[in-house]
Amino acid sequence: MTTETVSPLISLTGIQKVFGAVQALSGVDLNIHTGECLGLVGHNGAGKSTLMNILAGTLEASGGSLSIAGRDLGQGYAVQDAGRLGIRCVFQEGSLCPNLSVAENTRIIHPVLKGFGWRPRAAAVIMEQLDLIFPGHGVSAFDIVGDLSISKRQMVEIARAFTVTDTGIRLVILDEPTSSLDARVAEQLLDYVGRVAGEGISVILISHLLGEILQVSNKIAVMKDGRVVAFRDASGFDRSSLVEAMGSTVVAGVAPRRDAEHRKTVSEERIHMRPPEQPDDQSVRAQAGEVVGFAGLAGQGQTEALLQIFDGHGVLPSGAQDAGCCFIAGDRQVDGVLPLWSIRKNIGISSLKRLLLGMLIQNGKERELADAWKERIGIRAPDVEAPILSLSGGNQQKVLFARALGSAADIVLMDDPMRGVDIGTKNEVYAIIRQEASQGRTFLWYTTEMEELDYCDRVYVFRDGVISETLSGSDITEENVLKASFKQVSGAA
Amino acid sequence: MSGLGFFASARFWRGALPALSLTFVLLGVFWLQPRAMSYFGLNLLFNLAVPIALATIAQMFVIAVNDLDLSIGSFVSLVACIGATWLNETPLLGIAALLGCIAVYAAIGALIYIRQLPSIVVTLGMSFVWSGCAVLLLPTPGGSAPDWIRSLVTLKPPYVPMPLVAAVVLALVVHFALMRTSWGVLMRGVGGNEKAITRAGWSVLKLKMTMYALTAVFGILAGLTLVGLATSADANIALRYTLLSIAGVILGGGEFVGGRISPVGAVLGAMTLTLTASFLSFLRISPDWQIGAQGAVLIIVLALRAIVNRLEARK
Repeated sequence: MTTETVSPLISLTGIQKVFGAVQALSGVDLNIHTGECLGLVGHNGAGKSTLMNILAGTLEASGGSLSIAGRDLGQGYAVQDAGRLGIRCVFQEGSLCPNLSVAENTRIIHPVLKGFGWRPRAAAVIMEQLDLIFPGHGVSAFDIVGDLSISKRQMVEIARAFTVTDTGIRLVILDEPTSSLDARVAEQLLDYVGRVAGEGISVILISHLLGEILQVSNKIAVMKDGRVVAFRDASGFDRSSLVEAMGSTVVAGVAPRRDAEHRKTVSEERIHMRPPEQPDDQSVRAQAGEVVGFAGLAGQGQTEALLQIFDGHGVLPSGAQDAGCCFIAGDRQVDGVLPLWSIRKNIGISSLKRLLLGMLIQNGKERELADAWKERIGIRAPDVEAPILSLSGGNQQKVLFARALGSAADIVLMDDPMRGVDIGTKNEVYAIIRQEASQGRTFLWYTTEMEELDYCDRVYVFRDGVISETLSGSDITEENVLKASFKQVSGAA
Repeated sequence: MSGLGFFASARFWRGALPALSLTFVLLGVFWLQPRAMSYFGLNLLFNLAVPIALATIAQMFVIAVNDLDLSIGSFVSLVACIGATWLNETPLLGIAALLGCIAVYAAIGALIYIRQLPSIVVTLGMSFVWSGCAVLLLPTPGGSAPDWIRSLVTLKPPYVPMPLVAAVVLALVVHFALMRTSWGVLMRGVGGNEKAITRAGWSVLKLKMTMYALTAVFGILAGLTLVGLATSADANIALRYTLLSIAGVILGGGEFVGGRISPVGAVLGAMTLTLTASFLSFLRISPDWQIGAQGAVLIIVLALRAIVNRLEARK
């Protein structure tokens, strides 16, 4: 730790955040000084974005204390306070209104831009900042944001965070700011971040590109499992020590790997799919009875690969419709649950063909199926006729598993299905996946949780839409997966 | 954006489509019935377009925040009934009732936002409430519009007929308020990205309540104009306004989600729909077919818009 002669601009002590059964942050301590650039790294779900949301006032901490510029801000710290204190945040998923112009979007974060002549004033403020950070940006103040390319939108959003009208800026949080910028523009931004530090503005930079972090930060904090596990001067880190810090703790052997013996006994190849832009000869392969994992950082093309397989690409024998795939969605509210239906109907929907008598669904048979799976997978509900929304999140997820496993499909595609599910449910589902695999089903499992990869026979690590590494057997270690996740694919920034 | 390039852009065509459709239908009417090309003729053609345009603007406020108001037709009917009874006989009671309506609308906006309810369900329910009130107030068609409203809607300004003046004023006023003021930006922002507005520290609740209240205000203007033109009211007088107003907004270049709306386009859309009805009468097509024909016009315009969008996507 450094000597702290000056009191920090922002100090977080013991910040906690709980979402239902999931502990997203468990006691984070962090100090940020004026004019400092703090790099924040960590694997998916380490809690970086949650922490930044708390700092920006868009989420309320469940515990701990937060003080900014010496002022103690306890419960009830909200977005308005963050604005007044000069804290701005560029969120990962974008906070521009696509139907408004660049100038109009600037007005949204500046309450003082109003009254007569606000449009030219807003335009001047944003254009000045854009010119300063991204010379040659090619954006005009009255362009509609929705008509701009994604990288221009990102530039506007970043520039907007640095605009000043009545209150000065103290801290700007950049969450994955360069994800949609090309190398030249990203360099302009990093340059600028270096310059503003000299003007007394602090910056928190979150990025999966470790090179960027090492290049501009004075200090680096590494997060893991909702905690800051390492926090020191940037000069004390290099690429490999960062990767190491992100995956430090050794997981006890919760999932004894299935022996190689077992894997030899299965033979029938079910999937052979090459991502369209794969530069080398790696491809996704899966045999009957295998559990294959998709790993890597979030949004690197894993879901897309699953959807392609679901559409029949790479499924063997080619054009085999009847073998069938079923899909377990990660976002169950959007893609999974039929909210107005009972548990029985939610389970039966994927197996209707087998439940038909003429044109009618045999309710009795559907009930049998639902009852059998309720028993087997342990859905905690008095009766399968209960509405699905009466269940807890974890049990709703179990219903989706029952729906998939109860169908005749040979291939089960899982899109990070355990997001936000408690550990007890997880263990029950893992056991069933294992059991089903040994009976010849093939599982393709995209997961952002390291421990789940222990259940896989083979793991494909994705980066920028292609497979960056294929790991199998004892090579599936947290270290190898992390290394492959952060591998710089040639040609990219 | 350099001169000629703009005229070839999809944004230009999307904006110009409502004006072009209106011109096209208007030319058709003039061709069939040259006598319509006069002060009196235009007055007659566009008279009933004014309340429809007002109702369309009312609908547009709700669509701007990604909701839909299925009760606007019954609401306008109720206002017409209030106008033909209370407002005429006991003006104070009438005004109080209308102010109450605005408050109810704002409350509905709050309810929809706080409970995250689907607006179509809530407003569909409200449509029966409004209709019920209208029937209670005026069980049989009748009543009479206050004289001041009657004289207001039958004003005859020199050279340009009243309905056209009203349409232009309406379009410009709403365009300025919603598209040019700093306040209008926030309103449209709610439709574009509600989260962004919340994160910037604004109260989406207040913004939505304001939008719903404005819907009520313009619904009231529509109802009063209608009763002024019709001189008496009926509980079912404006039921078809619900669908007409939605069609008008969409015809005018608005979209159901995303806060993309155009006040000028909405007024033009409402006028196009009214004119289509006259056009079809001039063609001696039975009124039974007119709703279907209005639908056909809507489909044609939307198809053209889809083509424009697709051309843009190809670039």
